[in-house]
Amino acid sequence: MCLAIPGKVVNTYDQRGLRMAKVQFGGIVREACLEYVPETQIGEYVLVHVGFAISRVDEAEAERTYQALKDLDQLTELESPIVEETAERETRRPTRPG
Amino acid sequence: MKYLDEYRDGDIAAKIVAEMRRVQTRAWVLMEVCGGQTHSIVKNGLDHLLPEGVELVHGPGCPVCVTPLEMIDKAHAIARLPNVIFCSFGDMLRVPGSDGDLFSIKSLGGDVRIVYSPLDCLKIARANPEKQVVFFAIGFETTAPANAMLAWRAREEQVNNLSLLVSHVLVPPALEAILSAAGNRVQGFLGPGHVCAVMGYSEYDPISDRHHVPIVITGFEPMDILEGTLMTIKQLEEGRATVENQYSRILDRRGNLPAQQLIGKVFEVGDRKWRGIGTIPRSGYHLRDEFSRYDAEKLYEVAEIATLEPEICISGEILRGIKKPHDCAAFGTLCNPQHPLGATMVSAEGACAAYYAYGRHLNPQGADALHQIVPGSTPNDIGIQSPGEREYSHGSR
Repeated sequence: MCLAIPGKVVNTYDQRGLRMAKVQFGGIVREACLEYVPETQIGEYVLVHVGFAISRVDEAEAERTYQALKDLDQLTELESPIVEETAERETRRPTRPG
Repeated sequence: MKYLDEYRDGDIAAKIVAEMRRVQTRAWVLMEVCGGQTHSIVKNGLDHLLPEGVELVHGPGCPVCVTPLEMIDKAHAIARLPNVIFCSFGDMLRVPGSDGDLFSIKSLGGDVRIVYSPLDCLKIARANPEKQVVFFAIGFETTAPANAMLAWRAREEQVNNLSLLVSHVLVPPALEAILSAAGNRVQGFLGPGHVCAVMGYSEYDPISDRHHVPIVITGFEPMDILEGTLMTIKQLEEGRATVENQYSRILDRRGNLPAQQLIGKVFEVGDRKWRGIGTIPRSGYHLRDEFSRYDAEKLYEVAEIATLEPEICISGEILRGIKKPHDCAAFGTLCNPQHPLGATMVSAEGACAAYYAYGRHLNPQGADALHQIVPGSTPNDIGIQSPGEREYSHGSR
């Protein structure tokens, strides 16, 4: 859990005053906070650690790093349950588009 | 285990190793301080590709591993309370305390939840106003911006049924402790890339100066680790000791300034106990007084739990680079990932767990005699590169 995972920012929005994004990691889309990389735009790539983007990276680097993490089985945190804002119980699994 | 011909970057790897052979004149001991690097080294057999005499030892780079047993027992005591929803990163759930792990507490009816982001705890707290939500805020500097934001937002939004059990550790004081300890073998460090993506690396300068050791901030991919190792060996051979950045495509000297600012507002530096090592002065974060309302250690009067680690376990010496997993009589027998006895076996990124996962417990010699298996270049190759083949240089990637 000491590594950050690169993903593509597909959408940005405000959530209670925090700049948030939907970030795509391979086939999984998760929410990430953009407060530490405020200049990030849709379509750009960021390194995300426990739901927070900590650094921006270019596309080629993002793809390489993602593959390297996959080789090391270091993507399991992306499979953690999604916690819904209003739900009493977190049951939904991360979406896998396609 | 993979060898050179299986790498995507096999040519580059062969050139880096050949360059190591060209510059190396004596034995050196280097330490990596990132669980991801340890995992990558063991999985890819990188330590077996290095020239004879260049030894990698595996430092305290796994945050799950170094979380002290007392703190885990404290977490478990809180998680067993009837009105508590206990939230944790998934990695901590299987780490055994003195009496079971978080999974067993969950199976006995405790409300234990895995979160992806610390901000998930805010959602859970708002959805369960009648409950107390406690988050196990562990990690190195990489995780600190996320955990700091949880405390900050809880205060901003006045979410008062939420608290953090903080067990945050910092890399530079650990390097200082390793270098200052009697019997230290470490002569150079591969610094942790993603930690420095947050913090930058200027804080490593005084350590490098004071102890005259090279520190090369390094990524976790196989080529990164080989290149970082070469850069460290070059410094040692040239008698230099500075902080260099192998991972410049990801980070710069300053790190992430907005993240550092929020960390500074929420946390202050104080002493921390490290599992296997003991207390290191000023080696971790604690919540500032302004956030004491959100400090689970202050809210829950959990009695100080006396814990004892098994005497046979040598994880402390492994974390300081003095020993390797194979030096332990319990490795792979009494101690394994299903029944870990100490820090370096409790998480997949610990050195003992990584050695075990990739079958090294099956080799009685510890596989350290495998240096000669490197295909391609051998010591005889030195000096017979074709004229058109340029020396490998750091700037070429």
